[in-house]
Amino acid sequence: MTAESTAQARTGYRERQLVVLDVNGTEHEVLVEPRRTLVDVLRHDLGLTGTHVGCEHGICGACTVLVDGRPARACLMFAAQAEGSAVRTVESLAGPDGELSDLQEAFTRHHALQCGFCTPGFLMLAEGHLAACPRTDKAEIREVVAANLCRCTGYQTIVEAIDDCARQRRNREED
Amino acid sequence: MTTTANPTRGGLTARALPPENLVTAGEVAAREGTAGRPRAADSSAARRAAGSVPSAATGGEAAHPTAVDSGARHHRPAGRLVGASVRRREDPRLLTGRGRFVDDLHPAGVLHAAFVRSTVAHAEVASVDLADVLATPGVVAAFTADDLGLGDISARLARPVEEFVPTDMPILARDRVRFVGEPIAIVIADDAYAVEDGLEAAKVTYRTLPPVVSDTAALAPGAPLVHDNAPANTLVDVAMFATPGIDEVFAGAACVVRVRTKTGRQNALPLETRGAVAEWIDKDGQLVLHTCTQTPHQVRTVAARSLGLDEQAVRVVVPDMGGGFGIKCVVGREEIAVAAAALRLRRPVKWIEDRKDALTASFLAREQRYDARAAFDAEGRILALDADVVCDMGAYSCYPFTAGIEPLMASAEMPSVYRVPAYRVRGRAVTTNKAPTAPYRGVSRPQYVMVVERLFERAARELGLDPVEIRRRNVITEFPYTGVNNITYDPGSYRESLDLCERLVREEGWYEAKAAAAAEGRHLGIGYSCFSERTGYGSAAFAARKMEVVPGFDIAEIRMDTTGAVTVTSGTQNHGQSHETTLAQIVADRLGLDLAKVRLQQGDTDRITYGWGTFASRSVVVGGSAVGRAAAKLADKLLVLGAHLLGTEAGEVELAPGGGVRVRGDHARAVPYTAIAEIAYLKSNLLPEGCEPGLAATASFDVLDDGTFSNATHACVVELHAGTGRVEILRYICVEDCGVAVHPQVVEGQCRGGIAQGIAGALFEQVTYDDNGEPSATSFMDYKVPTALEIPDVAIHHLETPCLFTETGAKGAGEGGTIGAPAAVLNAVNDALAPTGTELDDTPVTPETVRNALANGPRAAAAPTGEEDR
Repeated sequence: MTAESTAQARTGYRERQLVVLDVNGTEHEVLVEPRRTLVDVLRHDLGLTGTHVGCEHGICGACTVLVDGRPARACLMFAAQAEGSAVRTVESLAGPDGELSDLQEAFTRHHALQCGFCTPGFLMLAEGHLAACPRTDKAEIREVVAANLCRCTGYQTIVEAIDDCARQRRNREED
Repeated sequence: MTTTANPTRGGLTARALPPENLVTAGEVAAREGTAGRPRAADSSAARRAAGSVPSAATGGEAAHPTAVDSGARHHRPAGRLVGASVRRREDPRLLTGRGRFVDDLHPAGVLHAAFVRSTVAHAEVASVDLADVLATPGVVAAFTADDLGLGDISARLARPVEEFVPTDMPILARDRVRFVGEPIAIVIADDAYAVEDGLEAAKVTYRTLPPVVSDTAALAPGAPLVHDNAPANTLVDVAMFATPGIDEVFAGAACVVRVRTKTGRQNALPLETRGAVAEWIDKDGQLVLHTCTQTPHQVRTVAARSLGLDEQAVRVVVPDMGGGFGIKCVVGREEIAVAAAALRLRRPVKWIEDRKDALTASFLAREQRYDARAAFDAEGRILALDADVVCDMGAYSCYPFTAGIEPLMASAEMPSVYRVPAYRVRGRAVTTNKAPTAPYRGVSRPQYVMVVERLFERAARELGLDPVEIRRRNVITEFPYTGVNNITYDPGSYRESLDLCERLVREEGWYEAKAAAAAEGRHLGIGYSCFSERTGYGSAAFAARKMEVVPGFDIAEIRMDTTGAVTVTSGTQNHGQSHETTLAQIVADRLGLDLAKVRLQQGDTDRITYGWGTFASRSVVVGGSAVGRAAAKLADKLLVLGAHLLGTEAGEVELAPGGGVRVRGDHARAVPYTAIAEIAYLKSNLLPEGCEPGLAATASFDVLDDGTFSNATHACVVELHAGTGRVEILRYICVEDCGVAVHPQVVEGQCRGGIAQGIAGALFEQVTYDDNGEPSATSFMDYKVPTALEIPDVAIHHLETPCLFTETGAKGAGEGGTIGAPAAVLNAVNDALAPTGTELDDTPVTPETVRNALANGPRAAAAPTGEEDR
């Protein structure tokens, strides 16, 4: 066995599969190795670089996206595992003309981001939580926010921004 | 030609601060009738908080009144942008996923690099066999040090060899590896997965050497040498400020206290790891190196030297950056290796550090050991301070700061905010077989402030004084103050911040809460830290350290275009601090422009002559002053041309709000900037005689003084949980003074984020190594970065003592939070432990040590600190 074929046998390199993904309501076909992660496909095959990679082991949450509406670590999923699901990334939040969503507005109003690297993950985490638990409160938001890491803000303004957004959504609902 | 500002000491006149300079936001709000929002200073809010203290542990609203309304912070002339918390201009792109970070760059044909790294801490490299690497599918190339022939990274102090031993850091290790993770070879493949396959096929054989894994082992007689030319593994050994007679002062003092402490090794840990994309561009004859660095020009300088190129052939471009905190203000060997590979292969090459390498093989910080004594008289006045500081700097000196970065900072500034009449210090940097050290937010100040504040608390206890009162008797109150360390401190609010902070803690009822808890057998503690933060280190301050490469100044260039809009280029480098907003605010005010008319650009060595980037809380002080001066120079030309168009003299006109020039006292006679720009560019035939076309100016600023000192007092209230040893922070209050805040919301963000990192160091984070020098924390499972459940809300109160020599009155605000937090947390923990008789001085304070301290009860003696390695 040559070194090359050994390596091929070891890694399965070059073996690719066609994966069909529904991302932000658009269908994409990508030909990828089975081991390729969802976040790498989003970022490097589809060019959706808003989703970030902070640790590649599922702790920091910078890569959080919504899979069928629920927050998921895109670094811990193979792209193939997302077939048949609806994936939403940070690029889906703003309006078509770039108008910020109410959640994004709350983040900028509260200075809930500094370097902005973790921000897409927090936005998607919050988007998923607020959709599932519209009557959430600040203590619960703090627990949810604890799923992800931020090194700049100390978290307080992230919690406040999400809480503010939740209150405004509830107020609009009551109006 | 550029001009250099020369703020002299004469600007710092000795005067008591008028009380109106020290107005709290709460007071301003009350005076202006805007006191509608809940404030911690509000006594009714405080009473509510006090009433609910026992339940405050759960983080209830009452215990966390929102911070004061920063918008009401000080009297701001209408229309002025400096002082206004305008919307950050960085936010829209970062919120919509349209930021552009280094890993978002994907040039056509890009290859991916990763590094074969040492798996042992200390060894001679016997052989490197990359044959199987090259045979791995997808691998394009692999290079060792011999293949690339690159110059080393050399950082120097101009000190004699007794004080500083020069060592070099090769780009790739040659015949010797000095820490686990040291790069030995660079592997390049056509995708990021294949390159990992390639790494697995590398075969390196080592002749292992005994590793040196602690400062005490490094200094032990007969210790193995990390660098053969560094006896006793000592890279820096400096004795400073030995006040004559200091031993007699200690011998005769009423009270002498001692603190021996060891602080844990930490990682600055920006969420974005390091990375680079390098590409040779034939059209420009340039190597373009995109990299997330805080100091692009320094990367250019080192890259050009290492690669043997002129600097004009290297262009360093910095995309959006996901934090830095110091780790990215030194030049890394990996970005140079990536550049070399791109040159060799004539293809773009990308390297994105993975988290394991970031945790183990990048730059670390903070591992220090102090043996400090302080002498006090019977009234609690400090008489002398004597300290021995040993910093474990790991395997190499960092560029440009050297291994002196931590010991020299600690040695120079340890007297802190106190009137210390006699001082002696020895500061050492030892080299060990661990990843090297870079500056990390605060640089030594989190440690020495903690030591000094522990000394004061201990003295207070011995003398039966209140811990705040003993500080009050010692803080500097008259400015400028030249200390025993030969540093002149500009005006600050040391005493006022201490008084206000204590008042807030009292008004919120925490002293009663502590007594009530004690009656129930619970363990509440209150801790303070009072400190200053030197910001805006200029060339004088760095030259005083005897750095061969002397940072300090910054340059700003400004251009106005035909639409009357301006582009400002600064040598500073935003990586989360909001420069696109804050520096633009300064320029907009200077020129009377809307913020939208001012665009700031940074992070491209081709766009500005030179810059020193962003570190040491320098940007608003140095960079902010430079952009202000550049704008002022442009304004001079606008006035000349405006007067010409108005048919009058430059002395008769002034800038008009909204962007134009008008006649003083006759505002109807005015021309907009667009009319001036028209003759400057499109109708230069109409220019006055001798006036050159174009509207551009360049200015620089340097701090030729000792810098400017921001200051703060922090208070922390903790509860210790006997069962788990958990340290729960019930309340955190920060009273800060960074002079005029250009953007108060940004300042508060810096405070909160800094405090979170300080708490992280005090209670959670530590990089540990086993006896073989193998790092134990290789993922976020082992390196405990605190989350929203560990970091409390922080109430922030502002005082304002304007800087006398910056363009805006601003002082730096980047590091104070991190500097003050460990001392406040540790003092609170020890206050809670006081009934047990145990004192904990080492960080991080772990649940285990707290649990043991509580379990051992009142008679347990403190475990001897500083004696053995932990």
